[in-house]
Amino acid sequence: MFPAGVSGRLDVHIKHKSYRAASGGRLHVLGEFSFALANGEVAALVGPSGCGKTTLLRIIVGLDHKFEGRVQLPAHSRLGVVFQEPRLLPWRTVEENVRLAAPQASDTALSALFATLGLAEHRCHYPGELSLGLARRVALARAFAVEPELLVLDEPFVSLDAALAARLRSELVELVSRRPVTTLLVTHNIEEAVGLADRVFLLSASPARVLADLPIDRPRIARTADEVAAIRAVIERRVDQG
Amino acid sequence: MNLMLRAASIALLLAAWFAGSHIVGARLLPEPQAVGLAIVQEARSGALAFNLGVTLARVAASFTIAMALGTVIGLAMGRVVFLDRLADPWLVVLLNLPALVIIVLAYVWAGLTESAAIAAVALSKLPITIVTVREGARALDRMLDEMATVFRMGMWIRLRHVVLPQLAPYLAAAARSGLSLVWKIVLIVELLGRPNGVGFEIGVAFQLFDVTRILAYALAFVVVMLAIETFLVQPLERNVSRWRVRPA
Repeated sequence: MFPAGVSGRLDVHIKHKSYRAASGGRLHVLGEFSFALANGEVAALVGPSGCGKTTLLRIIVGLDHKFEGRVQLPAHSRLGVVFQEPRLLPWRTVEENVRLAAPQASDTALSALFATLGLAEHRCHYPGELSLGLARRVALARAFAVEPELLVLDEPFVSLDAALAARLRSELVELVSRRPVTTLLVTHNIEEAVGLADRVFLLSASPARVLADLPIDRPRIARTADEVAAIRAVIERRVDQG
Repeated sequence: MNLMLRAASIALLLAAWFAGSHIVGARLLPEPQAVGLAIVQEARSGALAFNLGVTLARVAASFTIAMALGTVIGLAMGRVVFLDRLADPWLVVLLNLPALVIIVLAYVWAGLTESAAIAAVALSKLPITIVTVREGARALDRMLDEMATVFRMGMWIRLRHVVLPQLAPYLAAAARSGLSLVWKIVLIVELLGRPNGVGFEIGVAFQLFDVTRILAYALAFVVVMLAIETFLVQPLERNVSRWRVRPA
């Protein structure tokens, strides 16, 4: 079920999620799983590869309805999603890709968004003319242009080089700080989680369940490199403890 | 270079035609200039333009009907498994039914009318369009579909900006093969049951054993179809694939 809830608040209660395996048996992907995010809160889901993070996101954004449990989306259910792949329409320009997802966006808002993400000179380019880094920025621009109540990012910076990923992360921080939005980020990069999130959920191996809910009190803009390293060390200890 | 090769190829064809005419005789294969003269005479009398126009109108009508219906049915069958299973046996029957049978049955059931002729041609072309578009619909990118779902894109926007551009190569293939198939079937339809058109004129010329006139009409119509392919189909195809990055 996907009822619309209090503005900006996300409630997830999953009892069970499994797939039918090719061999005929059932493959359990998610176990008992509950969490809630307040309006404007940024949470990161950190867990080993294949633990069911992407399945969880697909359930939350309404792409997978075959599960036991309940997901309550923010009030107007306006979603901004950044998939692992940019998923741009190759036959539409950068600007058209964004406008098709966000037809209500004003010219001023789009220009500001493109300027923040360094896309101003690429508005008329086709996705095939962009590097992967630029294509990921367009995917980010599309998600923000919607002015979502819930922003969902599925390993948005995977397969980028470290410098470019760091730059895109700081652009994301700037966008989230400028317009607070309830955000759920999936990553297995602990540094990324600590740099962006207010809360980090540590997930177990498949079938995934929440091992720990770690709040980060210090505002993300004020976090120093030493503090990020300290939080990271705490998380890594918890991961080692399993 | 490309143009030179084409010119050389056409010159070779004309030379072979000329030589063939001398070997088998002008009655069986008239010389190119005799056929050219016949085209000019038919054009001067106004018969060529009239018959070409009538045949082209039939081609346009049956082609449009077959493409429109074939796209809708092919898309539905490619997307909905239930519909695909339900309609597939019909499709196999239609695919294997000779065009001649469809034409004869259409004339028997509906009379020697314009609508029977156009319906028969459209029905002959329809299954190939359905099969081609169905393949395109099966190959639609699921990831783009999901993107359109999460961003709540409306039906029309999805169809126009997500689905149809993916189907464009399949539609182009269906249009290309369809155009060449449709005009050949239209000629048979005209030969069997219409009082005008290129097919009718070829039928009359056949009864009079006038090979010059047969070749004159056939050649004139091939030129018209080549012009449509060069000045309409190819530019349209270039336009819809302008987003593809080409090597420098």
